[in-house]
Amino acid sequence: MFRLIVLSLALLAPLAQAQLVIEITQGVDDPTPVAVVPFAWEGAGNAPVDMAQVVQEDFERSGQFSPVNRADMLGFPSREEEVFYRDWRAIASEYVLIGRASGEGDQLSLRYELYDVLRQARIAEGSVAGPAGEARMLAHRVSDAVYEKLTGIPGAFATRLIYVSVTRNPTGKDYYRLTLADSDGARPIVLLESREPIMSPSWAPDGKQVAYVSFETGRPAIFRQVLATGEREQLTNFRGLNSSPAWSPDGNSMAMVLSKDGSPDIYLMDMATRRLTRVTSHYAIDTEPSWMPDGRSFLFTSDRGGRPQIYRYDLRSGLTERVTFEGNYNARARVAQDGRNVVLVHQREGEFQIAIHDLVSNRLQVLTNTDLDESPSIAPNGSMVLYATKFGDRGILSAVSVDGGVKFRLPARNGDVREPAWSPYMQF
Amino acid sequence: MKQIPVAGKALTLLFAAIFLVACSGTSTKEDEAAAAAAAAEAAAADAAREAERQAQSAAAEAQRQMEQAAMAAGTVFYFEFDSSTLTPAAQAAVDAHIALLKTNDRSVRLDGHTDERGTRDYNMALGERRANAVRDYMVVNGVASYRIETVSYGEEQPVAYGSGESSWSQNRRVELK
Repeated sequence: MFRLIVLSLALLAPLAQAQLVIEITQGVDDPTPVAVVPFAWEGAGNAPVDMAQVVQEDFERSGQFSPVNRADMLGFPSREEEVFYRDWRAIASEYVLIGRASGEGDQLSLRYELYDVLRQARIAEGSVAGPAGEARMLAHRVSDAVYEKLTGIPGAFATRLIYVSVTRNPTGKDYYRLTLADSDGARPIVLLESREPIMSPSWAPDGKQVAYVSFETGRPAIFRQVLATGEREQLTNFRGLNSSPAWSPDGNSMAMVLSKDGSPDIYLMDMATRRLTRVTSHYAIDTEPSWMPDGRSFLFTSDRGGRPQIYRYDLRSGLTERVTFEGNYNARARVAQDGRNVVLVHQREGEFQIAIHDLVSNRLQVLTNTDLDESPSIAPNGSMVLYATKFGDRGILSAVSVDGGVKFRLPARNGDVREPAWSPYMQF
Repeated sequence: MKQIPVAGKALTLLFAAIFLVACSGTSTKEDEAAAAAAAAEAAAADAAREAERQAQSAAAEAQRQMEQAAMAAGTVFYFEFDSSTLTPAAQAAVDAHIALLKTNDRSVRLDGHTDERGTRDYNMALGERRANAVRDYMVVNGVASYRIETVSYGEEQPVAYGSGESSWSQNRRVELK
């Protein structure tokens, strides 16, 4: 049941600060064996990336599949006529994925086919194409399609992460970095580097912009940044708190927390006019807004009842209702795309852990068994939760499936990593 | 201000001269009266100068003691877990700074911090609550609110990195800058 596999994800990415490494610590009891055959390369020279390896690692990380070792394969078919089912039955592989890639100029295309060994039939096929520089992302898109065929749930491998990393500097101020990486931690790009804290990164719904809080002016301020161009804009500069930016699902407004009028309250900024509207108004702390997928309400943390709990504010009725009642600390909710599962930080017997709250049944289930777990972020397909925790004395990222069955860690090579935010589905 | 003692000195010399002249000359009742008045005035001026000098040195001493007390109190005020109430120790330390702030017109900044437990954005709000608690206490005790700015860093800038109460208690703090 417990496996420990270390997959290096820095195969072709340049070595960078806070590069993540994946250590799978727990998979499902009976993972499905799948053979991901090395893809044939039909272009000039060598293939830019071992795309089959990328797919294989995606399946490994899902915890639901156990990829067949390449050394055990009796052949490397890349076309239907080369697939001999007995070879795959012999090594107990239930499915076989083959593919062939070719390149022209800086364009790359990959055709793939999925076979069911038991039924001796091709059950899926497709192709992806794009810039050669995006070869890893093309491979993740194949993973997404194959994962959906085998599980019925769309994959979320062709997505990205942003996270904050901190390198301690014992002789002066620490280094803070906001980093963008693929969902497997590969290809990290530093979006912002600062000697002052960077916090609360969040995605625009189109996946093209991010917002965050930076203390670079000596005070907290909310910024937005366009990923493709690096263009940045400071959105707020108020006295007191400027925190928790959260884009509405339609992208037209941004919820944020300001304390300029006294206590921390939630405001909406119209992204076209930059006009602010105060939404909550309470002398207690109101913070950490998270939109429901329909954009009609949002969840937030408030200690108006004495201890932090999750509340829901309905924009049309203006009514606030309390959502969580179990335990005396529930905070920083994030809602899944289904509008039903909510991941949050829950304190149990003094320890802070990640829990999932079902908005329909009102049941709360703790998913992790470590302490100081925080900042949960749910994959756009609702299957995995990425969060920050401590391992030894270091801040690392960890992931757990929403049923608690699959777990893996993503420690950085150096420094502390925190506040992961999983992107929405990207447009290709 | 400084001209008064100088004028006083001149006056004393003048009266002394008159007194000497008066003594050397024929003595009359008027001369004696004038001399007595001059002597009394000179003595009064001396006493006033002495009192002023003493008051100045006492004020300087008091200022020095306030500065020493503020320095001894430190610029970091610590808090209990999940609390933004000033402890008696923190209150005494802030009192020392209030006494000093009343003698100058300096502006100060209060940075609020929390330990690592709980969520980051909620801790940002808790850090602000702590900084505001110190600010409000200063304002109630006579420091003008426009001289005080508060900034919360939440759990982002610990001074002790380990996990455990010994580190956490050092991180739950407001720093005066």
